Amino acid sequence: MTATSATASTIRARVDAGSGALVGYLPVGFPSLGGSIDAAVALVENGVDILELGLPYSDPVMDGPVIQAATQRALADGFRLRDGFTAVQAIAQQVSAPILIMTYWNPVVQFGVDRFADELAAAGGAGLITPDLIPDEASTWLDASERVGLDRVFLAAPSSTDARLRRSVEASRGFVYAVSTMGITGARADVDQAARGLVGRLREQGADSTCVGIGISTAAQVAEVLEYADGAIVGSAIVKALGDGGVEAAGELAAELATGKQLARSA
Amino acid sequence: MSLRTEAGPYFGEFGGRFVPESLIAALDELSAAYEVARNDPAFAAELTELLTNYVGRPSVITEVPRFAEHAGGARIILKREDLNHTGSHKVNNVLGQAILTKRIGKTRVIAETGAGQHGVATATAAALFGLECVIYMGEVDTERQALNVARMRLLGAEVIPVTAGSRTLKDAINEALRDWVTNVEHTNYIFGTVAGPHPFPAMVRDFQKIIGEEAREQVLALTGRLPDAVAACVGGGSNAMGIFHAFLDDQDVALYGFEAGGEGAGTPRTAATITVGRPGVLHGARSYLLQDEDGQTVESHSISAGLDYPGVGPEHSWLASIHRAQYRPVTDDAAMQALRLLSRTEGIIPAIESAHALAGALDLGRELGPDATILVNLSGRGDKDMETAARYFDLIDEGARQS
Ligand SMILES: Cc1ncc(COP(=O)(O)O)c(C=O)c1O
Repeated sequence: MTATSATASTIRARVDAGSGALVGYLPVGFPSLGGSIDAAVALVENGVDILELGLPYSDPVMDGPVIQAATQRALADGFRLRDGFTAVQAIAQQVSAPILIMTYWNPVVQFGVDRFADELAAAGGAGLITPDLIPDEASTWLDASERVGLDRVFLAAPSSTDARLRRSVEASRGFVYAVSTMGITGARADVDQAARGLVGRLREQGADSTCVGIGISTAAQVAEVLEYADGAIVGSAIVKALGDGGVEAAGELAAELATGKQLARSA
Repeated sequence: MSLRTEAGPYFGEFGGRFVPESLIAALDELSAAYEVARNDPAFAAELTELLTNYVGRPSVITEVPRFAEHAGGARIILKREDLNHTGSHKVNNVLGQAILTKRIGKTRVIAETGAGQHGVATATAAALFGLECVIYMGEVDTERQALNVARMRLLGAEVIPVTAGSRTLKDAINEALRDWVTNVEHTNYIFGTVAGPHPFPAMVRDFQKIIGEEAREQVLALTGRLPDAVAACVGGGSNAMGIFHAFLDDQDVALYGFEAGGEGAGTPRTAATITVGRPGVLHGARSYLLQDEDGQTVESHSISAGLDYPGVGPEHSWLASIHRAQYRPVTDDAAMQALRLLSRTEGIIPAIESAHALAGALDLGRELGPDATILVNLSGRGDKDMETAARYFDLIDEGARQS
């Protein structure tokens, strides 16, 4: 893992400032293409350090009910893959936070891996988070991201062996996505203890930038995760706020979640 | 070179493991346990005992001359997987995976099901082995295969109707995968077909290849030679791989997979994956699939719940790509007509899935001529399909409530 990526430097800067990074997830096209762009900008203006933009997909096996409902609606409203690049470009013109695309693998394959990398880079995107692509199957993406200089975020799970963790660390650039618990996305009352252990094991395998995701929905949980990890990723809670109360509510939640970074610093 | 030694994860450029990292440990565990079991005589003995005394194997073959009159006079021989306990080929695979579940010490099994036959077989094995059992089934399928839902519940399984997406088999698989990611510590996923991530395509095929091994010997004994063609319906492709496998190296035996054409392979309402799809990644494997320009999976359509799937197993994609097997679409109507024809000419009511293979064989017989022998996999029986058939052929008396 090299530290030349904007994502990695943003995380490093937050860690050096005494807290860690807040990563916010939103699907493109929910509640509308423009709405998702405005919401992403509002997240950054309210303290989110890195954006994770999800591309709606017909068969999202890692997603829980809240995100499924939002992405299904975006698809029903006519989401097209190109909208992802449109959103990245529009957001990048307004805020400077690194923008990662979270996408299942088949849409990238059908678009063409190299073409996808080129267009994402041209739009100002930072890289990809690939929930159903393991490094073992990723050779075309490793080559394309290397060529274009995009970040590539692979997942690490509590059940992964040390050898597999090392593989994820070596293949990733930007950060490694530590799956906090065995399961799919969705808010949880307690962020699993397993996350703490996993982050420790990733460090032993050489990770210098690890963000924890899945199940984080409150400022207190953000603070708790930032005690041991470099970043905390919030998804379902933001999507729910956006669905219930629009861009304003999403921004308010982001501001609230960002207080978790202060809590972490004073802890 | 033999085509019968493919062990995955790749079949040519198809297959692989395109799944979240959270599942890799479970897949590795399953692969390792299967590798040990494959070479363990005790495993083989336990499975053989169950297949013999519980399932009723070997299943017989039946020549169907009255049906064959409609196929240009070619000889047609059915492999009778419909006579298996639980009513289809699915039980062959389920028992193998249930024994594996026990060996890796897991106490809960989950499965997806379309027609309900794989769900019934899994619920049956769970009852037999004392395992907790949850079956995911698309809501559309719980309606059109209501009888099988009742069977699964009677067997003690929990049936969860899936309301996401197209509410059919593909969505049931998504939901089962989500359950597995969450509960993988004590749960094994008994996958129902030769699709999905490695090791499922190779493992499920190995558990189903007994169909072709038996049938090859049986046809030789009956006719003194190998069949000219072997025909099977293809949903995910397990009964087809099961009967094809023993014949893969017999270059004179032509292999035909019949996909669900739905309302026509040229219409959007089809499930003819290899015929009209293109390669992509779905449910953990690279294979042919029905998708739009953006790589979004397109909803399939078939009158048959068991074939109503926009994907197909990677070994079939490979066999198609090297032209060892041919894949053809059969419409809903052609399948239903074949279902009725077999019922009336031979007294055998097939599953609608299997009726696709029968319809395909009717055309094949006319093409190959009266000297040809065609082996057809009758993958299941039609009891579960009586409501659909009754509606299709208007078999329920007007006014009389007979349900
Ligand atoms: C009787 C029968 N045949 C065929 C199938 C299709 O599955 P496969 O293509 O894996 O054999 C099913 C699936 O439910 C079935 O019940």
